[in-house]
Amino acid sequence: MKITFPHMGNIYIPLKSFFESLEVEVVVPPPCSKKTIELGLKYSPEFACLPLKINVGNFIEALENGADTIIMAGGVGPCRFGYYAEVQREILKDLGYEFNMVVLEPPRGHFLELFHKLLTITNKRKHTYMDIIKAGKLAWEKAMLLDELDVLACKARPREALTGQTDKCYRIAIEMIDRTKEISGIKQLRQEIKIMFDDIKTRVESNPPRIGIIGEIYTVLEPYANLNIEKQLGEMGAEVYRSIYITDWLRHNLLPSSLKPREYKMLLEMSKPYINCFIGGHGQETVAQVARLAREGFNGVIQLLPFTCMPEIVAKSVLPSASKKYSIPVMTLVLDEHAAEAGFRTRLEAFVDMINHKSEVESLDEVFTRN
Amino acid sequence: MRCSLGIDVGSVSTNLVLLDEKNNVIRTLYLSTAGRPIEVLMEGLKMLQDEFNDSLEIIAVGTTGSGRQLASVLVGADIIKNEITAHAVAALEEYPETQTILEIGGQDSKIIILKNKIVVDFAMNTVCAAGTGSFLDRQAQRLGIPIEEFGKMALKSSIPTRIAGRCAVFAESDMIHKQQMGHKVEDIIWGLCQALVRNYLANVAKGKEIRPLVLFQGGVAANSGIKKAFEEELGLNVIVPKHYNVMGAIGAAILAKKHIMQSGRKRTNFLGFNTTLRNYEVKAFECKGCPNSCEIIQIYGNERLMARWGDKCGKWSSSLAV
Repeated sequence: MKITFPHMGNIYIPLKSFFESLEVEVVVPPPCSKKTIELGLKYSPEFACLPLKINVGNFIEALENGADTIIMAGGVGPCRFGYYAEVQREILKDLGYEFNMVVLEPPRGHFLELFHKLLTITNKRKHTYMDIIKAGKLAWEKAMLLDELDVLACKARPREALTGQTDKCYRIAIEMIDRTKEISGIKQLRQEIKIMFDDIKTRVESNPPRIGIIGEIYTVLEPYANLNIEKQLGEMGAEVYRSIYITDWLRHNLLPSSLKPREYKMLLEMSKPYINCFIGGHGQETVAQVARLAREGFNGVIQLLPFTCMPEIVAKSVLPSASKKYSIPVMTLVLDEHAAEAGFRTRLEAFVDMINHKSEVESLDEVFTRN
Repeated sequence: MRCSLGIDVGSVSTNLVLLDEKNNVIRTLYLSTAGRPIEVLMEGLKMLQDEFNDSLEIIAVGTTGSGRQLASVLVGADIIKNEITAHAVAALEEYPETQTILEIGGQDSKIIILKNKIVVDFAMNTVCAAGTGSFLDRQAQRLGIPIEEFGKMALKSSIPTRIAGRCAVFAESDMIHKQQMGHKVEDIIWGLCQALVRNYLANVAKGKEIRPLVLFQGGVAANSGIKKAFEEELGLNVIVPKHYNVMGAIGAAILAKKHIMQSGRKRTNFLGFNTTLRNYEVKAFECKGCPNSCEIIQIYGNERLMARWGDKCGKWSSSLAV
């Protein structure tokens, strides 16, 4: 059996680690590329959203490389994501591929079912529950480390003296995390990565503006889909934070609601009075994040969504009011396969320019009022 | 004469502007880009050189527009700025009380909100080009009306025909339907102007508070029909600045001069007007390094590699500092 799964940022590293610790062969799809998206476009319904198309491209490329089992996440609507796996299975079957697709539905109490599925996938005769827990722990540690790495990189990029230094360190760190096989090595690895990033030469004057990236999870997490927005903003001198990291997503989707962290519930409270209930995807979180980021002193917020994404469109419609109430600039960028890079960059530059100029004036005002 | 030069290479037009030391507009050029930005830019520079001979001393150069990077390499710019900032700067220079800028260009439409002379919010059209200059151009062509006459024609109408403006494709089929029903051309055009303004306000300006002074700039501001439709829809007076179609270039020139003064540099990066006589060549190739197959654009001046871009990974562009 050779397992594969769709790309979403760096999630392939913990997933690969998990299955390989259980001695299951893994075929990681080639990194998302123009070819991936072309394959996806060719075989997906035109009106489907971008992530579905990229997933289909990932699957085709992985199946061509010998994978025979696809692991895909499920969902419970009202966002279309809940139906992705079913549609993708049919598309791939029509194309004549032979494979087995395992859909991991969010447990919400069906925790045992998830465990059972994992056992089937990993051949239950050979492994015990203990092995699974151990493999899961290593994968989890890696996911945590990857998230910390992303935060480090976003902090370092606007401050680097020599453009490209941060990306170089980032690539090395990714490889180191990927290679680690033992949970005991994680602690030292974390230390090494930190030292590596501390060694990046910084510019003298540097108090970069802080921008939060919110919106639909896939476009936030997958750099190919968002035209590498974190890197672009970083190089324009802005420090970037994401509203959601891989471990957040895993927590929300794998843990039953009683085990979800308390902050999460508190966060959702902040979406009031604009959106008071679950509207699918991360629509409610998007609105709540604007309030949170404003409270934490961020200078601006950028919402990302794939064209036709229902939950984010709902959220988008209340963002102008939220932006006004919390007095924080919000910009929405819609992504699709043809997102023209020049136009995208223009908007990012203008946004960074705007918040830089604004904080310049505000700090001047402060000086005047103090005197 | 000491002047700063502003260049705006847009999708439809390439604009050049000369400002004197007090930021007065000395000369503006509005040239059709026609898909050949390099040639048109060179042509424009040559026109300026011929007109002013040697009396011109360029003290700063700024570029903007979607072709700003390209233009910067070709002329040696001191500053490369996005269109939003450039438009806002130019508007404030002429009308310091501006609070709203409506800008409709060839393929972009944007709204800029200002407060106390700083940009506090902006939006640009996302995935839809309905209501931009290119669409109006196409409709004028289809109706056989010169684009310059389009707006005046709309003003002749007394009963606008209702046109669906949400999507360029639907708008066009709606217009054809109405014309076959016997509606007068001026009514259809006036209806189209209203539809485009509705679409702009519902789409680009959604949720933004539009307060006076309202400036309307960009190529489409030449269209008096659209201006009137804006005024009726907003209930506000809309001002079209004198140099409405080259505001981006004006902004770039102002910013370039400011940049030179602030950075304390004495000299501009401007390569001189004789760049027009230099031998430029663009060589493109497809990188085979990965399945992205990026198209790499290389610009050569006098057989020396000046700039390179187009790669996703930075393998080519970073090997040569621009």
